[in-house]
Amino acid sequence: MHGLAFDIAHLLAGGLVLVSLMMLYQDRLPALINVFALHAILLAASVTWQANIQHEPYLYVTAVIALGFKGFVIPIALRRMIVRLGIHREIETVVGIGPTMLAGIALVALAMVVMLRVTAQADPLAREDLAFALSVLLLGLLMMVTRRNAVGQVLGFMSLENGLILAATGAKGMPLVVEISVAFSVLIAFIVIGIFLFRIRERFDTVDIQALDRFRGERP
Amino acid sequence: MTMINPLILVLVIPVGAAAILALIANYRISSRINVLASFITLLAALSLFIQHPEPDSYFLVDDLNIVFIVLNSFVGFTTSVFSATYIAHELEIGRLTPAYLRFYHAMYQVMMFGMNLALVANNIGLMWVAIEMATLATILMVGIYRTHEALEAAWKYFILGSVGIAFALFGTILVYMAAEPVIGQGLQSMVWTVLIERVAEFDPALLNVAFIFLLLGYGTKVGLAPLHAWLPDAHAEGPTPISAVLSGLLLNVALYAVLRFKMLMAANPAAIAPGPLMVTMGLVSLVFAAFMLYRRRDIKRMFAYSSIEHMGIIVFAFGMGGPLANFAGLLQMTMHSLTKSAIFFAVGHISQVKGTQKISEIHGLTETHPVLGWGLVLGVVAIAGMPPLGIFMSEFLVVSSTFSRAPLLAIPLVLGLMVGFGALLLRLSGFAFGEPVGSRAPVQASYVPMFAHLALVFVAGIYLPPALVAWFQHVASILG
Repeated sequence: MHGLAFDIAHLLAGGLVLVSLMMLYQDRLPALINVFALHAILLAASVTWQANIQHEPYLYVTAVIALGFKGFVIPIALRRMIVRLGIHREIETVVGIGPTMLAGIALVALAMVVMLRVTAQADPLAREDLAFALSVLLLGLLMMVTRRNAVGQVLGFMSLENGLILAATGAKGMPLVVEISVAFSVLIAFIVIGIFLFRIRERFDTVDIQALDRFRGERP
Repeated sequence: MTMINPLILVLVIPVGAAAILALIANYRISSRINVLASFITLLAALSLFIQHPEPDSYFLVDDLNIVFIVLNSFVGFTTSVFSATYIAHELEIGRLTPAYLRFYHAMYQVMMFGMNLALVANNIGLMWVAIEMATLATILMVGIYRTHEALEAAWKYFILGSVGIAFALFGTILVYMAAEPVIGQGLQSMVWTVLIERVAEFDPALLNVAFIFLLLGYGTKVGLAPLHAWLPDAHAEGPTPISAVLSGLLLNVALYAVLRFKMLMAANPAAIAPGPLMVTMGLVSLVFAAFMLYRRRDIKRMFAYSSIEHMGIIVFAFGMGGPLANFAGLLQMTMHSLTKSAIFFAVGHISQVKGTQKISEIHGLTETHPVLGWGLVLGVVAIAGMPPLGIFMSEFLVVSSTFSRAPLLAIPLVLGLMVGFGALLLRLSGFAFGEPVGSRAPVQASYVPMFAHLALVFVAGIYLPPALVAWFQHVASILG
């Protein structure tokens, strides 16, 4: 592995973790969507670079999907949706920003400790990628549990999927079938989410998950 | 080649049926096509016994998954028969519209396709895709009534299911990473039959982390505590045929994935033993669900907790390993699928005729609706593990093998079983006997699927055919 090639890959993957952390403290939906778009663009850059240094042309396809679909189509659609629903003013988080950030840092540390220790024999690039990917995945998960808003949870879920794509790219020569499926799953996820958002809107006039909680099945 | 490969049929029939069903507006015709397609799939699954195709890079049929495929297609078929009567009533009372039924039938077949694909997949990536597909189909079906509760249940299922599926994919990638230095880049490093041959040379540390992710990921789908939160809601709020296939089939498919990876782990001597992890998760689920059974107010929710309890027992048995415990686990899984779907068939008709799912509003069923009532009594007695029914036998095997090998583990196991037993019988006496309340209207029910399942469970409790015993013993030895 050439020094510079490795450093750039490292920079891009590390940047992804940083943007994940940035997503944690956004308390307004439009800003959150913008940061998510940045996340996707950075992922596309990272995948493109990997395609270049691994000489795997099919990875460019993955990069294009990430860039076009997650970097532009979804953010634009979501922005329109929140404006139409009239919820673009603000979002509240269940836990405060301070504790959330601390938890995020702890999760990144955990991911590093776990992955770097178990992949001692693996290729250094794949190793870093996996550690960063697990960090992104865990941060996405953290975001899903700290957001009340359905759109926030969806964005958390999609940033989590970005982590998975990073991991799949790091695994050299992993068959295309899985990468297509990742893109495909995101697509389906989005359709499903869209359906639910509209249905929720139809029924409740809100996408606040707490409003849903009031209708828990077991209340007498 | 003169015969058509039954493996292809098992996959092609549901896909074709889904496409046809999406086009047919008349629900009477489409429910019949649904039954017919499920029946042909069952025949194709049975013919796998006669003609085994050779494993290739994508598909594999061996003695282990054939049990799952046949059980899957059988319960899929009987549920489609039940579903035909059930949805006719839902349409009558206006809970579902014809347009939704079209969607419902198409999704039913998509779900069957996803589950069958997951079961025959030899490629761990393909298996992941298939399980995700089956999950998405069930999420859409759970939300089909579009009530507040159904939407909340579907949303919760979607979020938790997605997290599970993400973990499973990460685990799958890690398995590939572990395989790549040994087998080389490309497709071969994801083929299960290739992996199992070379797994002893893989890096054990990477494999350990991979298994943790896979167990958490697919374990969410199995409904293991503490990842079970989606399961009671999804069972209670969706249409009852979906509750039956969720409990009877989808949980098994996820369990099958866990078992495949457990076999990989067991074949690498340096990796951690997967058994203790599974034993712990199984016991936690069992004891937790057993206590939760007491506080249920909703009848479908109660049986959903009972499914968590039983999946706990099954995962515990497979975690213990060894010929006897594996045999017990397989038998328990088969019996649970049959019994639990029979119970949901009964519960579906009962909640339709009574117009409620609240346990407090259902009393004296054996008096108002004797056939359904006694069917349910039989089902609950079976699921609680009373002799001489099938589940008693499998639970007895689990407990006795645990006593002989790890007596300390038998304490929480027996505690969980007794607590669950008590809860089920307590509730049963409430809704089956006593002063009848609610509607006494005659019910349009399909009794055949329910009693067919119960009869099988009854017979299995008294007499297991030697051929079946030999087959299960063989599979138990493969599982290690």
